[in-house]
Amino acid sequence: MEPNTREGGSTTAADEHVVFRARALTKIYQVGEVEVHALRGVDLELHPGELVVLLGPSGSGKSTLLNILGGLDTATSGEVRYRDRVLTEASERELTQYRRHHVGFVFQFYNLIPSLTAKENVAVVTEIARDPMKPEDALARVGLSDRLDHFPAQLSGGQQQRVAIARAIAKNPAVLLCDEPTGALDSATGIVVLEVLDRINRELGTTTAVITHNADIASMADRVIHLTDGRIGQVIVNETKKSPSELRW
Amino acid sequence: MRALDRKLLRDFWHLRGQSLAISLVIASGIATFIMSLATLDSLQRTRSRFYAEQRFADVFASLMRAPESVEAQLAEIADLRLVETRVVAPVHLEVAGFDEPITGRLLSLPDSGKPTLNGLHWIQGGPPDPRSDDEIVVSESFALAHRLTPGSSLTAILHGRRKHLTVTGVALSPEYIYLIPPGGTIPDDKTFGVLWMPRRALQSAYDLEGAFNDVTARLAHGGSEARALDALDTVLEQYGGLGAYGRDDQLSHRFLSEEFRQLEQMATLFPAIFLSVASFLLNVVITRLVATQREQIAALKAFGYSNIVIGIHFTKLVLVIVAVGLLAGTLAGRWLGLGLSAMYTKFYHFPYLDYEVAPLFIVAGAAVAITAGLLGTIHAVWRAAHLPPAEAMRPEPPASYRVSLVERLGLQRWLHQPTRMIIRHLERRPLKSSLSILGMSFACAILILGAFFGDAIEEMVNVQLRFAAQDDATAHLIEPTSRRALFELESLEEVDQAEPFRIVPVRLRAGHKEYRTAIEGLPIDSRLAHRLDQNHRPVPIPVDGLMLSEFLGDWLGVGVGDSVTVEALEGSRTVKRVPIARLVRDYIGVSATMNLPSLNRLMDEGDAISGVRLDARGSGSSSLYRQLEARPQIGGTSIRANIIRNFYDTMAEQMLTFSFFNTLLAMTIAFGVVYNSARIALSERGRELASLRVLGFTRGEIAYILLGELAILTALGILLGFGLGWLLTAFLIQNLQTDLFRIPFVIDISTFALATTVVIVSALISAALVRRKLNRLDLVAVLKTRE
Repeated sequence: MEPNTREGGSTTAADEHVVFRARALTKIYQVGEVEVHALRGVDLELHPGELVVLLGPSGSGKSTLLNILGGLDTATSGEVRYRDRVLTEASERELTQYRRHHVGFVFQFYNLIPSLTAKENVAVVTEIARDPMKPEDALARVGLSDRLDHFPAQLSGGQQQRVAIARAIAKNPAVLLCDEPTGALDSATGIVVLEVLDRINRELGTTTAVITHNADIASMADRVIHLTDGRIGQVIVNETKKSPSELRW
Repeated sequence: MRALDRKLLRDFWHLRGQSLAISLVIASGIATFIMSLATLDSLQRTRSRFYAEQRFADVFASLMRAPESVEAQLAEIADLRLVETRVVAPVHLEVAGFDEPITGRLLSLPDSGKPTLNGLHWIQGGPPDPRSDDEIVVSESFALAHRLTPGSSLTAILHGRRKHLTVTGVALSPEYIYLIPPGGTIPDDKTFGVLWMPRRALQSAYDLEGAFNDVTARLAHGGSEARALDALDTVLEQYGGLGAYGRDDQLSHRFLSEEFRQLEQMATLFPAIFLSVASFLLNVVITRLVATQREQIAALKAFGYSNIVIGIHFTKLVLVIVAVGLLAGTLAGRWLGLGLSAMYTKFYHFPYLDYEVAPLFIVAGAAVAITAGLLGTIHAVWRAAHLPPAEAMRPEPPASYRVSLVERLGLQRWLHQPTRMIIRHLERRPLKSSLSILGMSFACAILILGAFFGDAIEEMVNVQLRFAAQDDATAHLIEPTSRRALFELESLEEVDQAEPFRIVPVRLRAGHKEYRTAIEGLPIDSRLAHRLDQNHRPVPIPVDGLMLSEFLGDWLGVGVGDSVTVEALEGSRTVKRVPIARLVRDYIGVSATMNLPSLNRLMDEGDAISGVRLDARGSGSSSLYRQLEARPQIGGTSIRANIIRNFYDTMAEQMLTFSFFNTLLAMTIAFGVVYNSARIALSERGRELASLRVLGFTRGEIAYILLGELAILTALGILLGFGLGWLLTAFLIQNLQTDLFRIPFVIDISTFALATTVVIVSALISAALVRRKLNRLDLVAVLKTRE
């Protein structure tokens, strides 16, 4: 399992053990006339191939953290390194390129393009990525080979989320960031989606971060990072992971 | 203020860009509506007042010469109330420092007192001493062109005798509100003027002592114009009457009436286009607003707001947008109307202008605009009012798409995903896409319609003044004479070639239709004057029979092979049937042409001619024109190059102003449609575009998806606009075909290019504005919310 091979010679010894390293990360939003401290000094590392669950109640700062790691948002202070790049210093254009080639996103509300079929929703990403997998292969991995030509309006919520996962992994990303991927689904469908994420993590070794407020999901993770009030609380390493099919909520 | 009204104001503010774009389109429609109607009404009122104040005559007649005693006979005609006889004569003028030939028309002023009919409105000075023989009054346009004021002097060649004349006054006459040289269609203030002189002086200068050669009269109350004209013709026949006519055939009156008809058309056609487009845009914007406010509407209903209150709420928003357009349009229309009226007064000489925007027009404009606004939004408002609250609480289901027709045709392989998104989105709402295209095509069509007039004028000048006319100058004889005049002019040193023509005023009759015109006799091998076929190629002059303008043939209901009755209005007064040998195409006036010897035979006269066309060495010098003017038998000279130059000079300002406003108006449509389409597309697809940004698409790549769609709409709109502009132009000129002029249906490639450029520039401006919004898409927010 060597997720960094695609980076060729640009990797350094230090990077091989850490995909993300955040130091003293803070984020302050100005909401109207009120300052909201979403992150109050977060230190964090994500390692290659691990599946991490970021657990916390709403407003704990977990989405903000994920957005900064994914290059969607910028920190107020502190530093984030993705391998040998300092994301906190990157320009808008560099962040776009970073998202384009290195990050796979899965969202709570799938964010599929309604005018494109399942296959095309994946193709929309593979067409702009370097060395992607074929859209059909990505959809096969999420078990949707028989839904290639269906439009989002013709798919169930769980199927739409699996298309979103296929779209996220099709570029062979170094990291898969999932923001409440089961938030809009019933538990049976949610478990199917988590099984897909777990399998992708095992088969492709993609570093995966899942944020959720659902503590039941935490038991499928390698590590569980608790966030409260913009700070990291406890970090639990699961000695034995549960399979998603064993989960119930 | 109630909370719901506050929401309305904030919604309005939130939509300000889009509603402003719509208000502008409404304003354009209302502005043209108010402008045309106010101008029309003001000119009509001014004309009526001027006519009434100066007692404009109802009927007119010219004749060769009648003794003054005949006046008593005329006064007995029952259908006439006031009869005034006078002397009218052509004159050559010279003004110091102006080299070109100037011709004029001299009218007599009564020996005592003011004219009974066709009085003068004094601008400066006053009438000449009735006993003087060297004092004159000049028309205002001519006075302005040559800076003549009371006390100025000029030289006239009266019946071949040079005479120095002193100006005593500058005046306007209701007979010459539109003042054009004989045979022309547009004014030429520098080379043609109307002058008034005491009757006795004029009679003696033209050997008409104790006689008159012109009659004007007022109809009696309840008098019949037709009977009056017949009676006049009967009395005047033996005195060389040229046929009496009513106001409808009086040149100045006719041109004004034509202009009024065009204004009426402008008052309906343009506002109809603008308000339809505004109606469509309101539909799109309000439909989208209702869609985005589903949850709000549901909540309001949950709180107990009734359907009707919700309906009224959205209706009010529509009315606010319409009101802004109405206010701006009314003010702009008022102001533009003043400008347009002022422009008209450059061509139409009124002593004053009664400009006023009647409240009725404002009310009518408001009624039309509000109706258009409500019609456009009734469906969306109804849907808002009848939205079931429980359903509205749920977000809208994802939009359904299909594989597009283009792709089903097998082109799919070549289209990448963003392009497929564009095409499928366009095909998902075919009606909306079609209406957007139609809206844009209207902008393009209006531009074509506006610029087309330049092409038409170019074509008219080319055909009438460059292809059909080959002479350098034309000299009109005061009365028909033998060919000796031709030989005299031919022998002038600077003349290369001289060609005679004969003009006979006639009445043409076919069935119940009759038309007063003149037949021109041309040499069978005429080289200096041509008649042209449909392809503007000269056609030979037939040995026998008449060649008529297509328009005149249609009007009389005759074609080649039919015959018309020709009634000559001078000389022998022959009445004969003459066959139509050919129809020709011309644009200015109507023509009836014959072989010169045939015409002479028809008239039972020798080889009489009315004038001579000249081909001069170079293109003629001022010394040649002075020699022509010096000849007593020549009543008028025109120089082709000057006519062409004057044509352009006179039309240029009008065309430029018209094109400018037209372009501005069309841009409001183009901008309104593109900007609103873009904003709606952004609102509908912002989430999807932001998702793509998150997935790593660059700003340029998502701009392609949104703006690519607009580019396709714009391109199709331009193409359709070409067709629509073509149709609209054809429709417009169909309504402007008269015997005074026919507007040729030619649209130059440069007109299409101009229309395309303006629409594209408007589209690019809207695209740039939307692109700015696109760059500020909130990527984080879009992931946390359902639509």
